[in-house]
Amino acid sequence: MQRPIHAAALAALLICACSGQKQGTAERDPYSSTYAPPAAVPVLIQHATVLTGTGSRLDDGDVLIQDHRIAQVGKGIAAPAGAVVVDAQGRWVTPGIIDPHSHLGVYASPEVWAMSDGNEATSPTTPDVWSEHSVWPQDPGFEQARMGGVTSMMILPGSANLIGGRGTLLKNVPATTYQEMKFPGAPQVLKMACGENPKRVYGSQHKFPSTWMGDVAGYREAFAKAAEYKAKRDAAKKKGGTAPERDIGMETLADVLDGKILVEMHCYRADQMATMLDVAQEFKFKISAFHHAVEAYKIAPLLKATDTCAVMWADWWGFKMEAFDGIRENIAMVDAAGACATVHSDDPIGIQRLNQEAGKAMAAGWRAGLDIPRERAIRWITANPAKALGVADRVGTLENGKDGDVVVWSSDPFSVYSHADLVYIDGVLRYDRAHPAAQPESDFKLGVLGQEEEMQ
Amino acid sequence: MKKITFALLALLPGIASAGTIAIINAEIHTLGRAGVIAHGTLIIRDHRIDAVGENLAPPQGAQLIDAGGKPVTPGLFDAYTSLGIKEIDGVEESDDSAAKKPRYSAALDVTDAFNPRSTLIPVNRIEGLTRAASAPDSASGGSLIAGQGAVISLGSLSDWLVKPRAAMYAQLGETGAKLSGGSRTTAWAALREAFDEVRRAGSARVNPEHPSQLTAEDIEALRPVLAGDEPLVLYLNRASDILSALKFADDNGIKLIVRGGAESWLVAAALAEHQVPVILDPRLDLPQHFESLAARADAAALLQKAGVLLAFALDDEFNTHNARNVRQLAGNAAAQGMEREAALAAITLNPARIYGVDGTLGSLEAGKIADVVVWDGDPLETTSFPRKVFIDGQEVPAISRQTELRDRYMQRLHLGPYAKQ
Repeated sequence: MQRPIHAAALAALLICACSGQKQGTAERDPYSSTYAPPAAVPVLIQHATVLTGTGSRLDDGDVLIQDHRIAQVGKGIAAPAGAVVVDAQGRWVTPGIIDPHSHLGVYASPEVWAMSDGNEATSPTTPDVWSEHSVWPQDPGFEQARMGGVTSMMILPGSANLIGGRGTLLKNVPATTYQEMKFPGAPQVLKMACGENPKRVYGSQHKFPSTWMGDVAGYREAFAKAAEYKAKRDAAKKKGGTAPERDIGMETLADVLDGKILVEMHCYRADQMATMLDVAQEFKFKISAFHHAVEAYKIAPLLKATDTCAVMWADWWGFKMEAFDGIRENIAMVDAAGACATVHSDDPIGIQRLNQEAGKAMAAGWRAGLDIPRERAIRWITANPAKALGVADRVGTLENGKDGDVVVWSSDPFSVYSHADLVYIDGVLRYDRAHPAAQPESDFKLGVLGQEEEMQ
Repeated sequence: MKKITFALLALLPGIASAGTIAIINAEIHTLGRAGVIAHGTLIIRDHRIDAVGENLAPPQGAQLIDAGGKPVTPGLFDAYTSLGIKEIDGVEESDDSAAKKPRYSAALDVTDAFNPRSTLIPVNRIEGLTRAASAPDSASGGSLIAGQGAVISLGSLSDWLVKPRAAMYAQLGETGAKLSGGSRTTAWAALREAFDEVRRAGSARVNPEHPSQLTAEDIEALRPVLAGDEPLVLYLNRASDILSALKFADDNGIKLIVRGGAESWLVAAALAEHQVPVILDPRLDLPQHFESLAARADAAALLQKAGVLLAFALDDEFNTHNARNVRQLAGNAAAQGMEREAALAAITLNPARIYGVDGTLGSLEAGKIADVVVWDGDPLETTSFPRKVFIDGQEVPAISRQTELRDRYMQRLHLGPYAKQ
């Protein structure tokens, strides 16, 4: 099993690629992030209940954000000169929430044909498409998610295809172009899908694949070709021979085989996840996470042994045959078995309440006799998704040097009554509940009420 | 197997005696005139609530349940589901919720298809859901007039039918337009045409040969709606559509219920004046459709302030499987400024009022049917859960297909209480 490449290593690699532009184009991201946080004064949050995301809880704790990064977490931290001091007595502080599975921007609101850009459902294998090219930054879902404390989200293509294309990690900042949101240095990911969706989409057109075994044949065929492409590419690099003719899709799959692109795989059933782990082993790539993973609880030890995350809903079930065995305890059981458990939304309404979804899963675990303190459950929506997305060294916990993505909650974040009061992204205050009129609003929402009502 | 046998026995009326039960030391949310009783006792006798109050002495021989100061509420009531008529959305054979017919399937009656053994029923009732409207659903294709729903109980294999033909359901707005030829104008024309035809038919038995898209059975089914005896639940979101519906209902003497209602807060005063209730999903705060551009998170609070009778139901594909999540909807409405007791009413008493079954259901008052939930915390908190659920005065076993899956794999994986020593 190849290990996923560390984000820092990838960032270094990207810098190398930029400085050595004569190198092959495949290694360089031609759609670079233009995101840079604006200058911000230091922020000291004081006297809060702090869930650090590392598994610790600090009562009456302080968090200092400086130069866009977490500078210090502890008690009685002195405010640097010029710092904004936030008295968070009675309030809670967590790392920014990370949604490892969202379609904001690619299936935007309004949900009309023109905005439906998440599935290139014209061929079951489309490793050449990139979800970022479909992202509409004016999707009002982004700002609503920000109000729910979401600071980063992975925007994935849909699940119509066996190999659906590349996903992109975004910082949830207001922007006019997606490049202004793109998480700098984050590894790219490849979305793949198991089970009913691909075989339904193509089988219903009497096309390949129409069965689960057809699905598996499709992955194997694609990766067999990719292995050949990679061999040619490697040989050309080593010996300076002829590089293979450029193939955008093969570049993606060869990068997966090189461990540069993480595989995020939609898969519901336990047996199908196990089959996919075998496919990954056959072609020597790594599946970073199974998404939806409604039956992850049935194979939690296997997920642990293969270091594969499960990205799950708190309670969605029964909408398809492969979702019939969904249970409320899925997340808690995967976690208790020692595997990497994360909560996702896959939904523009659900992404606004990932804290409540984690709360439901935590409480289900309690009732099943599992001991899950809040400081552990918060990892399901912070540190663990960061791991699943290959950015655990950048976000997901409140540790010195990490990005200043921090949420101040009005109360216990697992409570239905709790609100994100303040949302910082890279140390910049991006949402302030006390000043609703001052919050950024999508262009799309302007004028929709009619001017008479907006004046009221 | 033992567990299953026990569950079935408990549900057969007469075998397990309801007896007399006294729930003591409870924070009782009566939803009735008594409001919230901070430290009260509730007595259940012969399937009914016998008494509720402070300082009530439990009767001799009553089974005592100490609520430990925790909340006790009426059983939850979901105002819109397809419980019992849909098992898995993606499995056609298991889904009877919609007729793939053009325009009208008013004669469709969910009680013909209702399956009280649906696995969804225990999954939802162990979380406190005791009653629901089971309604035909044509959102994903089917008929403009979808058919007749019923109020059902989640507590009995034999006596599950509470009120047949509790309402007629139809899709207007964008969905209705799609189902009827591509425009709102065709949807309204089709709806008017249907009721005009019922009016023309008068009381005469309809000639089955009549030239219409309505069958004779459709016309029979629409008569009580036109007479104002059975409410018409129209799925509408845009403010202007809701105003059109108010006028349509006035013109035809129809008792209207608005479902959806994303922009209903914009016309809250008119809804209150016409005493038209709204079945709302308070989570929906995005302009997900052009008919819901003005959707907002505090719509429930605004409607409540205006005096609109509100019930909550999920307005997405999980309205049936996760009907149990109605209390998350109520919790979110409360978090957005709605009074908590009013939010609780939207998932208990108000659905009962909307469907005309509040004489026996929806609140904890003497004489009403004993649908009672004893909670381990604030019922609007998603981290809370029922300690006990009573339907018709009988305790519901805390078992579902999901708890059986959980227990099987907790054991197999040696988790929590099953950890290897």
